[in-house]
Amino acid sequence: MITRFRQIEMRLMGPLTMIPIVLCLVVLGTIAALPVVATILSELVADFVPAGLQRLTIVVLGTAGFVGILALNPIYSIWLERKVAAHVQDRLGPMRVGWHGLLQSFADGVKLLFKEDLVPRDADRVLFGAAPMLAVASAFAAFAIVPWGVREDGTVLAVANLNIGVLYFIAITSLGALAVLMAGWGSNNKYALYGGMRAAAQMVSYEIPTAILVLVVVAQVGSLSIPDIVAAQAGGILGVGDWLIFQLFPLNLIAFVLFFICGLAETNRTPFDIPEAESELVAGFHTEYSGMRFAFFFLAEYGNMLLVSMLAALLFLGGWVGPFGSNPLLFFVKGFGLVVVQMWLRWTLPRLRVDQLMGICWKYVIPISFFLLVVTTVIKGLL
Amino acid sequence: MESMASAAIFYGVAVLVLGSALYVVVGKNLVHSAFALVAAFFGVAVFYVYLGADFLAGAQVLIYVGGILTLLLFGVMLTNRIYNLNLRSGAIQVVPGALSAGLVFALLVWIIQSVDWGAMDAGDPGPTSESIGRLLVGDYLLPFEIASVLLLIALMGAAMLVRRRGSGSS
Repeated sequence: MITRFRQIEMRLMGPLTMIPIVLCLVVLGTIAALPVVATILSELVADFVPAGLQRLTIVVLGTAGFVGILALNPIYSIWLERKVAAHVQDRLGPMRVGWHGLLQSFADGVKLLFKEDLVPRDADRVLFGAAPMLAVASAFAAFAIVPWGVREDGTVLAVANLNIGVLYFIAITSLGALAVLMAGWGSNNKYALYGGMRAAAQMVSYEIPTAILVLVVVAQVGSLSIPDIVAAQAGGILGVGDWLIFQLFPLNLIAFVLFFICGLAETNRTPFDIPEAESELVAGFHTEYSGMRFAFFFLAEYGNMLLVSMLAALLFLGGWVGPFGSNPLLFFVKGFGLVVVQMWLRWTLPRLRVDQLMGICWKYVIPISFFLLVVTTVIKGLL
Repeated sequence: MESMASAAIFYGVAVLVLGSALYVVVGKNLVHSAFALVAAFFGVAVFYVYLGADFLAGAQVLIYVGGILTLLLFGVMLTNRIYNLNLRSGAIQVVPGALSAGLVFALLVWIIQSVDWGAMDAGDPGPTSESIGRLLVGDYLLPFEIASVLLLIALMGAAMLVRRRGSGSS
């Protein structure tokens, strides 16, 4: 009994021992975000860039920045994930390669590069090869609409400042489900196929509440454009009071928690990692993948984690607005912070069963989201 | 320069859409056909972007690629013995088929030629979501509601069809 309590205590307290390491993550994330930071600084160099080229500068630097972040993201995210896991389980995790194992992921990455690229004999070669590319492409494409700040003169810092931003996000992320199905079917392996099927069922189911919860936000703000949604959250007590999760308390708080749960489910993270449940399905849809193709799925998974976290930060946590006014770094801190929460949850919670997973979505999350949508819309209409 | 690139992308996507649509029809592998349909739907979304219909393009990807196709693939993969299935896609009744296809083609060409399309001025057409929303809950409220009732009926019908016999009380 005592050991059981000790275990629970470890699970909850483990991440707190990680605070110095989390700080390192923020620093690392910032380094990875250097090109984007450069764009932020372009507010300072705005005088040097001719007016006609400013939009182009934002697009080019933003694209380079996000591609850089996404390519480096798995490297330090996996290191952090292993550290979080280790501290939750009262271990140290990687310690040998570099300071606190900081270079471990680079070593692993090089190993993956040199691994043999296996294709099963009976696999569907076309689909088997295309699946990792589609997974990465869908994860990367969604970042086009993620804005990371706004300049003093009102220029939005985003690769594409779409009027239908959130709709684009919901649409593009649904491509990820196709990639998983493609991988599962193309592998010609029953575990991969089961994994693919489960993933498809899960993603299609959880897309519905995600879309409704986004609508909850859209209905309150009255815009599909993400910079408008963030602008509606500026001000309030300490610069925090008007963040959407504090508006119409506690309705939006519930919406945020549900959105985060749906995000976990859509990225196939524990407790929703049924498509790749090791104890049942070997590794699910990527059972047959090795080497760089395998790495591509990881690239996509960590990219999606970051995307969902950043979207949650933008829609509910005020994006780049906060106590110190408008600051793009604040947005990155929030985004990476939510990634850490995802990891924390992964190593704290057990995996759900398939029927529980579907039950949660259809019996609880969807009805509650509909309720929230109706109530917030009515309140907004009355105010 | 910009119009050249724009035209190149347009024709590239057109080739992609038509090619993948053709593969959907003549392909022997059911799953490959389904994935070819993804490319076709996606290409159509690109055309919507060209027409300045941003909301429609997003909705196209969301509904057709994210919803319908995923369900379609789900269904295809649940099919028994899918791996070594030989689809018979031969030509039956060539003459009537060619005749009706030719007629439809001629009709389409005639319509396209005879309608005055009122080409838009070049430039940014601006956001469309707000006007679509106003029209849907304004002028076109009745058709919108009828469409949703129709979907509701289809939903209930589907639930009815898959219900286990004998378990219902009434």
